[in-house]
Amino acid sequence: MSDKIFQEKIDAEKKIEPKDWMPEGYRRHLVRQISQHAHSEIIGMQPEGNWITRAPSLRAKMILLAKVQDEAGHGLYLYSACETLGVTRDELIQQLHDGNAKYSSIFNYPALSWADMGAIGWLVDGAAIVNQVSLQRTSYGPYSRGMIKICKEESFHQRQGYEIMAEMAKGTPEQKEMAQDALNRFWWPSIMMFGPQDSDSPRTGNAMKWKIKRQTNDELRQSFIDKTVPQAEVIGLTIPDPELKWNEKRGHYDFGEMDWEEFWNVVNGHGPCNKQRLAHHKRAHDNGKWVRNASQAYAQKQEKILKS
Amino acid sequence: MGENTIVWEVFIQSKNGLAHKHVGNVHATDKVMALENARDLYTRRNEGSCIWVVKAKDIVSSESEDSEAFFDPSNDKIYRHPTFYNMPDGAKHI
Ligand SMILES: [Fe+2]
Ligand SMILES: [Fe+2]
Repeated sequence: MSDKIFQEKIDAEKKIEPKDWMPEGYRRHLVRQISQHAHSEIIGMQPEGNWITRAPSLRAKMILLAKVQDEAGHGLYLYSACETLGVTRDELIQQLHDGNAKYSSIFNYPALSWADMGAIGWLVDGAAIVNQVSLQRTSYGPYSRGMIKICKEESFHQRQGYEIMAEMAKGTPEQKEMAQDALNRFWWPSIMMFGPQDSDSPRTGNAMKWKIKRQTNDELRQSFIDKTVPQAEVIGLTIPDPELKWNEKRGHYDFGEMDWEEFWNVVNGHGPCNKQRLAHHKRAHDNGKWVRNASQAYAQKQEKILKS
Repeated sequence: MGENTIVWEVFIQSKNGLAHKHVGNVHATDKVMALENARDLYTRRNEGSCIWVVKAKDIVSSESEDSEAFFDPSNDKIYRHPTFYNMPDGAKHI
């Protein structure tokens, strides 16, 4: 009975709130998806954080700092949304450290040159935005509200990346080459951020029925490609896909086959930076333990003083 | 924060004269930290002129399951709305 009422609510485009009844599968799906999303924002700070001290100008450094700080904020909004489903933040962090929770594979690729800051902002944030804009309409209230806030903040992320790419593309031949190289390395991993093709994505069914997801992986990927190809043309860079071609009949770009073997390899922990990213997060978390303990001791002391 | 710190709900007044609006929550061990975390998390783009933080466990909420019964007393009192009344033709400013 509850199942039926729940589905009617979903079908009527009503949001589900934390205290509402929900099927266990819905809750589980959300915890997995939202925590994965949160971890991605947090781990995603690492490749960019790596370049803050080496930004080529003060302007670039301030922008990158602000962007990375935003990503920390996005992680926190999402952890909050996830906690409304009855899981604690400590449990979420533990799942990440145990390898039971995943994060977006894109962050397991290294950021080798300054141009990568351009490629990440333009392509990785660009792909994330396409996904997040769609998720603003997700059926779970706290997740939807988090997405709305995140989307407002994301718009500068993609622009600052595209600006870097545009500047480098019209710089010296070496700079243009760096930009092209960054695009070559980040293109395929970026379009694989949308996940497996619909034909082999077993969980999409319920996620669409429950309106957790509003568009399929393939729809989102296509929309990202359609937006991005003309942007590459504007700045004179070439997308590394010989099969990329406008299809008049479909009204979309056709594109080449993605390397799913590599995708699953990276998802399953064998990407270039999987170990490093997780080890860094654990180290930072462990090194911060004394600060958390001290602040707790301080709070207890203050409370005692107030009571006496 | 971790180690199950206290959760504080955050309310922000975006401009002087407006009501405080719920925006989300933060984790913090004490109220000063809660305010500072809320500032850093929710007002990075001048979104606020004043912040309230309230321990989440101190908030009392009605239950959504019995919301129908809970709000029932106001359902049948349509005469509380101005549209209920018949105004004579030609009457203005009322
Ligand atoms: Fe983000
Ligand atoms: Fe971003």
